[in-house]
Amino acid sequence: MRQRSNIRFMSRQEVLGYVLLAVILLAIIPLSLDVFRLNLIGKYLTYAFVALGLVLCWGYGGILSLGQGVFFGLGGYCMAMFLKLEASDPESTKIQSTPGIPDFMDWNQITELPWWWEPFRQLPFALSAIVLLPTLFAFIIGVAMFKLRVGGVYFAIITQAIAAIMTILIIGQQGYTGGVNGITDLRTLLGWDIRSDSAKVILYYVCSAALFICLLLSQFIRYKKLGRILVAMRDREDRVRFSGYDVANFKIFVFCLSAMFSAIGGAMFTLQVGFMSPSFVGIVPSIEMVIYCAVGGRLSLLGAVYGTLLVNWAKTIFSETFPELWLFAMGALFIAVVMAFPNGLASLFKRYIEPKLPAWYSGKTAGLGASIMRTDSSKETVGKEALEEKNRVVSKPISKPETVGTMAPSSDEKLEGGVYVD
Amino acid sequence: MSTKHEDFVLAVEGLTVSFDGFKAVNDLSFYVDEGEIRVIIGPNGAGKTTVLDLICGRTQATSGSIKFRGEELTRMKEHQIVHHGVGRKFQNPSIYDDLSVFENLEISYPRGRSVFGSLMFKRDREVIEEVENIAEIIFLQNDLDKPAGLLSHGQKQWLEIGMLLIQKPDLLMLDEPVAGMSVAERKKTAELLNRITQGRSVIVIEHDMQFVEDIAHRVTVMHQGKVLSEGSMERVKNDPKVIEVYLGH
Repeated sequence: MRQRSNIRFMSRQEVLGYVLLAVILLAIIPLSLDVFRLNLIGKYLTYAFVALGLVLCWGYGGILSLGQGVFFGLGGYCMAMFLKLEASDPESTKIQSTPGIPDFMDWNQITELPWWWEPFRQLPFALSAIVLLPTLFAFIIGVAMFKLRVGGVYFAIITQAIAAIMTILIIGQQGYTGGVNGITDLRTLLGWDIRSDSAKVILYYVCSAALFICLLLSQFIRYKKLGRILVAMRDREDRVRFSGYDVANFKIFVFCLSAMFSAIGGAMFTLQVGFMSPSFVGIVPSIEMVIYCAVGGRLSLLGAVYGTLLVNWAKTIFSETFPELWLFAMGALFIAVVMAFPNGLASLFKRYIEPKLPAWYSGKTAGLGASIMRTDSSKETVGKEALEEKNRVVSKPISKPETVGTMAPSSDEKLEGGVYVD
Repeated sequence: MSTKHEDFVLAVEGLTVSFDGFKAVNDLSFYVDEGEIRVIIGPNGAGKTTVLDLICGRTQATSGSIKFRGEELTRMKEHQIVHHGVGRKFQNPSIYDDLSVFENLEISYPRGRSVFGSLMFKRDREVIEEVENIAEIIFLQNDLDKPAGLLSHGQKQWLEIGMLLIQKPDLLMLDEPVAGMSVAERKKTAELLNRITQGRSVIVIEHDMQFVEDIAHRVTVMHQGKVLSEGSMERVKNDPKVIEVYLGH
């Protein structure tokens, strides 16, 4: 009982996992790659924010959103608007017919900065907008959907539609948004040239640090009861509801949080890549981001980061050689992952690599492998072994239905209760 | 509100629900007393489960009223009904397979039920003691750390009953609690129910007549969405209408 009362924020393995990721991101990668490649990794890491949000929202909460690009884009555009206004001072835009407004507005015969662009001159406003605007948008979608009990595949389709609408809106309002080209030619942040090599290195570190903050925040949520309620909700929504929880509020919360993460990723993207365009908002990028999460393992916070890096690295290699085949390869990868190892790389790691690691890795008393079984440390069997045990037990009644008959001898119609398999 | 309602824990009056014109429950009325174990029996499709769905808010009534301690339930949301003290067990064991038995019970502990409440929720001594206490009642004190998915069917049913008990409901509704259980498990469950009904009212849906005899104070027989007969098991068993539609064949 003493032990049960002190659930730990992280298990030994998780601490080691975070330390390893920190070493890779903050030391190995920056020391071994040139600035161009480092910047590329920094760009990949911005997608990891989205994948991380999806782990919470989809992996834990069971809410599949196929429109995370919308929030990534909103965050990115908020950042881009600030940078663009800074780059469009009257001096450097004096050849335009209306100096002092962004170039694409001038090209579209707009002679005055729209009122809703005006506040983006202020960095504090832009930074708050990056976090709050997409979260607010997610909140509105969440309230509209989850309060009406729209879920599962219908929710996925609606988020996809929102991604499509958003792209069309941005492209259609060319004069206000830069259209299909997006907002380009971003130069400085408060006078600091973000295109220089030193800026790229610094931004890479800022991005990594922000990612770690989001990771730890997610870890905190998972460790609190909220994290377990999300898992419970995914398994048995009705049971949670009839245990006195307003399920919709929990869904709205986790959806907003994932939107906020995506938006921070989007803003970091704009800073590191130097532009933002609708090609990061629509359906294809949104689905790609789900694939990063699935490949890494939708139940693994760290897996999301590795999955994102790996898929993007493969994308870079592959699309340099066979550019037109990349999308097919990506689709094949997604199908293969979902069919062969639905919990992604993280589950492969748990099954094949973890057992081979030396004893100090798991510690003497910990042994808490499976992420969601992390209750206490009093028994070693809770965790990976138990999970595997479960798989064995669960698979048995399916292959041998006759054993079930003995389990539920009373009435035939209730047999399904005996084979309860999720 | 008439004073009559105050005498009952639950007063269902004129309850009707129709699905596309089909009246699954038709002008149903019944009353449950304080501390009573009421068993609802009836042939398949009589509307038994629908009645529980209506009481706990899962299904919206077309007309009629459900008063729990004088408060109208038909306009409340599911979680609000739970907060008022109504607990519901589903027909198939409905537990969280991926969480441990301890966590299953902890989630049902009636504290920190809002989003931020659940972020601030602390697993303190009070929670742990209550969970261990309940685990002992439902015969699972040695399985607290086991993932619930590993429990046997009967144990899952008990766990779900335990998840309701920890909410301390005033009215407990159980839908076929012994379905799929072995004879030994049934006996244990009957014992369990008799023990936990101290100080609360219980509505049970059950097909197993032996089990019904063991636990019921009063029996309501439903047929085609209506009450066919009501009273002690003895009386109901000898009611010719009941024999015709349900017992005698």
